[in-house]
Amino acid sequence: MEKITALSADEIAEITAEASHYEQPQAASIEALKIVQKYRGWVSDESVKAVAQLLNMSPAELDGVATFYNLIFRRPVGKHVIMLCDSVSCWIMGCEGVGAQLRNKLGIEFGETTADGQFTLLPVTCQGACDRAPVMLVDGELETHLDEDKITAILANQK
Amino acid sequence: METPLTQNIGPGKLPLNLQEYRAAGGYRAAHKALLEMESKDILQLLQDANLRGRGGAGFPTGMKWSFVPMYKDREERPKYLVINADEMEPGTFKDRLLMEGDPHQLIEGIIISAYTLQAEVAYIFIRGEYQRSADLLNQAITECKAQGLLGTNIMHSRFNLDIFVHTSAGRYICGEETALLNSLEGKRATPRAKPPFPQVSGLWGRPTVVNNVETICNVPHIVNKGAAWYKSLSLTEDAGTKIFGVSGRVRNPGAWELPMGTPVREIIENYAGGMQDGYKLRGFLPGGGSTNFLTQEHLDLHMDYTSIGKAGSRLGTGTMIILDDKTCPVGMVRNLEHFFAQESCGWCTPCRDGLPWVEHILTEFEHGRGEIEDMEVLTRHTHLLGPGNTFCAHAPGAMGPLESALRYFREDFEAHIHSKSCPWTGIRGSHK
Repeated sequence: MEKITALSADEIAEITAEASHYEQPQAASIEALKIVQKYRGWVSDESVKAVAQLLNMSPAELDGVATFYNLIFRRPVGKHVIMLCDSVSCWIMGCEGVGAQLRNKLGIEFGETTADGQFTLLPVTCQGACDRAPVMLVDGELETHLDEDKITAILANQK
Repeated sequence: METPLTQNIGPGKLPLNLQEYRAAGGYRAAHKALLEMESKDILQLLQDANLRGRGGAGFPTGMKWSFVPMYKDREERPKYLVINADEMEPGTFKDRLLMEGDPHQLIEGIIISAYTLQAEVAYIFIRGEYQRSADLLNQAITECKAQGLLGTNIMHSRFNLDIFVHTSAGRYICGEETALLNSLEGKRATPRAKPPFPQVSGLWGRPTVVNNVETICNVPHIVNKGAAWYKSLSLTEDAGTKIFGVSGRVRNPGAWELPMGTPVREIIENYAGGMQDGYKLRGFLPGGGSTNFLTQEHLDLHMDYTSIGKAGSRLGTGTMIILDDKTCPVGMVRNLEHFFAQESCGWCTPCRDGLPWVEHILTEFEHGRGEIEDMEVLTRHTHLLGPGNTFCAHAPGAMGPLESALRYFREDFEAHIHSKSCPWTGIRGSHK
């Protein structure tokens, strides 16, 4: 097998450990993409090729997986990723207003990254915290009971 | 009132570690099952207890397991148990409570269930955002391995089991059991044709059982206390307790373990504290975003599979979403159809193309551009995308809230058309 240079030794070790849990290494594909993303922030074409080789898949097949799932980023994202829940309970509790505040304060639309590279804003589906709506994830951490004051405080803390 | 599933869970209480869980009576059921019971005895016990799947469909668990081939020599062919912890049904937040609150309860349930099915590997398929749940489960697994509760020759029973936590990356369709299996195999999560059913040919073609978190958490308690006790927990024919939840404009949104069959009104008024000041209840989705609306006239129904089914909806996940009088019903359905359109896997045409069209029409209503003919188009879609016309249950589920909203809130749809605006938001139509 050709030596894989596009992945670090740590990435290869972690992916190989995940792959050992399954009859077929391909089953580790989501975990592998997430490992790459943990180290690099997103998944580049080079990373897709290298991971596919490691898991004995074609790059096209792995890209089919990478593009299917909402939490795998195939484009660079900002230092912080904000994901606002737009599903039904959060909608009833006012997530559209919260979204407008976020867009306004950050000066970007959903799907965009601020010019300074600090924040990417994305919508996300129900987070299973509907009793604490509206909610969002900031770098994977759940923030609940959102209102204008809370949004201001959260953004100030991330700078 | 007994609350077996949440007995170790409380607000602000940290989950029990292995030692604490054992001190609270934990792993006694696993010990009893593995050392004193045959696989077939446990299967019979679950059938007698009438445990039904808590993921949404309510399929009898014992019957589901009875389709798995049992081998004389367990080396013959691997089998798998997969826990569906991909909680993504809009408005649902019950499995998170169980995994974050008492991870060892789920692990114990998996040990007993896997022993019953003769499966030596189990995967917990968990949504990517539930990182805390995944961390706690991995911690519990590590503790169990160190104490001989997982791995080879568990509790000297000669039964071997490994459990792996498999984190996903966010797609609702992964909750569909055959799409989940494709996802677990590292493929795009499109559903598979049935038959063959997973119990015969599932993960990598091996016999596989997929069960929801809450379902499996019931298993240790049934083994400990028996089928008669389990049935006695319920107020109605459907057995056990259920984690019920309420979200929306109520005073105290949350989730509570209550007897199966607790009346809707009691859950909303006594536990969720009733509606917030200034809000009235107009309707509710009884068990998540893919269940049909019910209204005030249904408040005295028992929350169980049978009663809610008879009223034309589904118990689903048992976590209700309340529609209040200051929220536009058309807007609420639009929000739901946006979700379902986005989460369609794209495999079959009616779902892939029909759901965005439904969303588009509802968006037109919200902008005051709905026309009377659109009512007919929406109604037609509830049939075109209904049961039997699509590859899996995704689109039929999406049609539940739409079909029932057209029935119960018809005047609200028509008000959008006649006033050329949304009566709630005031957004007026501008012709394109």
